[in-house]
Amino acid sequence: MQRHLISAADLTRDDAVLILDTAEEMARVADRPIKKLPTLRGRTIVNLFFEDSTRTRISFEAAEKRLSADVINFSAKGSSVSKGESLKDTAQTLEAMGVDAVVIRHGASGAPYRLANSGWIDAVVVNAGDGTHQHPTQALLDAFTMRRRLIGPDAGIGQDLDGKRITIVGDVLHSRVARSNVDLLHTLGAEVTLVAPPTLLPVGIETWPCEVSYDLDSTLPKSDAVMMLRVQRERMNAAFFPTEREYSRRYGLDGDRMARMPEHAVVMHPGPMVRGMEITAEVADSDRCTVVEQVANGVSIRMAVLYLLLGGNEPAVTQTRTEEK
Amino acid sequence: MSKILIRGAKVLGGEPQDVLIDGGTIAEVGSGLSAEGAEVVEAEGKVLLPGLVDLHTHLREPGREDSETVLTGTRAAASGGYTTVFAMANTFPVADTAGVVEQVWRLGKEHGYCDVQPIGAVTVGLEGRKLAELGAMHESAAGVTVFSDDGKCVHDAVIMRRALEYVKAFGGVVAQHAQEPRLTEGAEMNEGVVSAELGLGGWPAVAEESIIARDVLLAEHVGSRVHICHLSTAGSVEIVRWAKSRGIAVTAEVTPHHLLLTDELVRTYNPVYKVNPPLRTERDVLALREALADGTIDIVATDHAPHPHEDKDCEWAAAAMGMVGLETALSVVQETMVDTGLLDWAGVADRMSFKPAQIGQAKGHGRPVSAGEPANLTLVDTAYRGSVDPAGFASRSRNTPYEGRELPGRVTHTWLRGKATLVDGKLT
Repeated sequence: MQRHLISAADLTRDDAVLILDTAEEMARVADRPIKKLPTLRGRTIVNLFFEDSTRTRISFEAAEKRLSADVINFSAKGSSVSKGESLKDTAQTLEAMGVDAVVIRHGASGAPYRLANSGWIDAVVVNAGDGTHQHPTQALLDAFTMRRRLIGPDAGIGQDLDGKRITIVGDVLHSRVARSNVDLLHTLGAEVTLVAPPTLLPVGIETWPCEVSYDLDSTLPKSDAVMMLRVQRERMNAAFFPTEREYSRRYGLDGDRMARMPEHAVVMHPGPMVRGMEITAEVADSDRCTVVEQVANGVSIRMAVLYLLLGGNEPAVTQTRTEEK
Repeated sequence: MSKILIRGAKVLGGEPQDVLIDGGTIAEVGSGLSAEGAEVVEAEGKVLLPGLVDLHTHLREPGREDSETVLTGTRAAASGGYTTVFAMANTFPVADTAGVVEQVWRLGKEHGYCDVQPIGAVTVGLEGRKLAELGAMHESAAGVTVFSDDGKCVHDAVIMRRALEYVKAFGGVVAQHAQEPRLTEGAEMNEGVVSAELGLGGWPAVAEESIIARDVLLAEHVGSRVHICHLSTAGSVEIVRWAKSRGIAVTAEVTPHHLLLTDELVRTYNPVYKVNPPLRTERDVLALREALADGTIDIVATDHAPHPHEDKDCEWAAAAMGMVGLETALSVVQETMVDTGLLDWAGVADRMSFKPAQIGQAKGHGRPVSAGEPANLTLVDTAYRGSVDPAGFASRSRNTPYEGRELPGRVTHTWLRGKATLVDGKLT
């Protein structure tokens, strides 16, 4: 595995399966009365968030704390960044305080890549979402959720997603989640279909390792998982689609459409959901929808990633079990 | 001024000849010329070109002296073999009045490294709404003949039409930065396969091509000539080729970086590759080279765009657009056009001196290397190969995309009206 986690495309199949397997071990920790592991004791991780994101930051924070790391939260608002400090200076300031890893969320595509590759700092860099580029831990938690649901928590160990048919629907153009998922799911052997109006698909998509369709209804019966992406209402004003209602009619997932999916198929959403836009309440609240599970799985995946990047030489869970005896 | 004998230089890449400079003029060109009373420059194996002319330079003064000044920019120009640069109007304040263009012109004269011919803004403040006083700039001491809102497109069709018409009165030319503004909102790089993957805002080729198509038709309609800045796409080449075949008075330039680099480099997210118009694809690069060779594209212009280090040492979105180019232009042209067999040195002289001087009406520049002509000359060691070291630049800025890249050719001498501005690669 590479030293940083910047893009889902950087992961090999074996890297990804190792992360999913490790996350499975981490998930078992979450079922214990005491959810904490000593693995990253004495390590300092900073959550460097230049963009507002409550759920991702909290998820990372929970993962870091369960691994006993010291956690610093840095949000750009009201900080020196809003006074014009550069990314480089901010990062160097934090590193001077002895940070071992930087979890970064940034509005500019490529900012984590720059942080990891410009010689500014030595710390491990984990991308928590950059612009419309990548969100690798989201893709990993999605794959983890799919493996658990479609294969099983135990049966899934050591397995990839070979032959699973995954449909991703919505604003692909502006979505780092879609990009990360296409890369990772392809690596794991899944067959991905992207569904969106042509305006919300990027020019140049033809080289991506996936199928593209403008028609949701014909894709649903052939899907093992359907992932709905958030569609911001403001896109309407930039003429990406005529009206919210038209978008919902053509690309929203409601009960009738869900009924066309195979019985075992699940509905996923990276959140936050816009109910009534890309997904109806009926679907969002159904048993087939994995939104809440995805959140729980996110903590396990982030624990696995941080463990493997920062403490990977020592066993994570087995050691703890010995200690417990 | 004393005599200088340049001995054994391949004039425009031809047979070795001696060139005698007396004062500011070329006195004699021939073989076995007497060196009596002359300082001798041994030029065996080197190529002698007319002093290069850059129709597209950003000198940044007034306003952004932290990135470049007229002094540092003209020193960089002399280092790169240039004897004239046309200074773009997007300074602070904007060069949209006679006062500003005269200031820039005078600074160039005072420093004496390279003639500086200011370009006037087409519209007040480059805002695209109201014509600047083009006539006053033309009649000023600076004698402006080229007008451009470069950095911004004159996007309003009526304003563009009027500008094209108006400058006919004094033989001026409008140089268009072709970029449809609505199609390039949030644009950060070429729109295509790489931008889709990197999640960077796309700058589609059609945003350039649609403006060029409109402007050649406008030029035809009102009987004016139009110049296209930094043409960057294969489609633009096709449009200009069509326009020329139709007899429309259009000229076009290409930058060295668009002849060499592609958008694949953006995968590094290193802002040193961030430029406007953006680096395009391999297919575009090859079309541009071919067009420069066959004359569809008339000239090479650097779009030398200095920026301070902090404006490039950051994330892609926050970075400034542009790259320095004066000191590497000839090497890149040798690499992409001469060493590939697309253009000989006479062709380089045409694209980098004769034609740009003609388009910009730079008096005394872009002249043949023959007796009686002004001694504006550049001597190039074409056998040289070396890697680019920005620490050695004369420019105040270091934002080159070629750092560490091995390129051929090195300008060893530059003469401006017989006065050496560069000797053995060192500025005088």
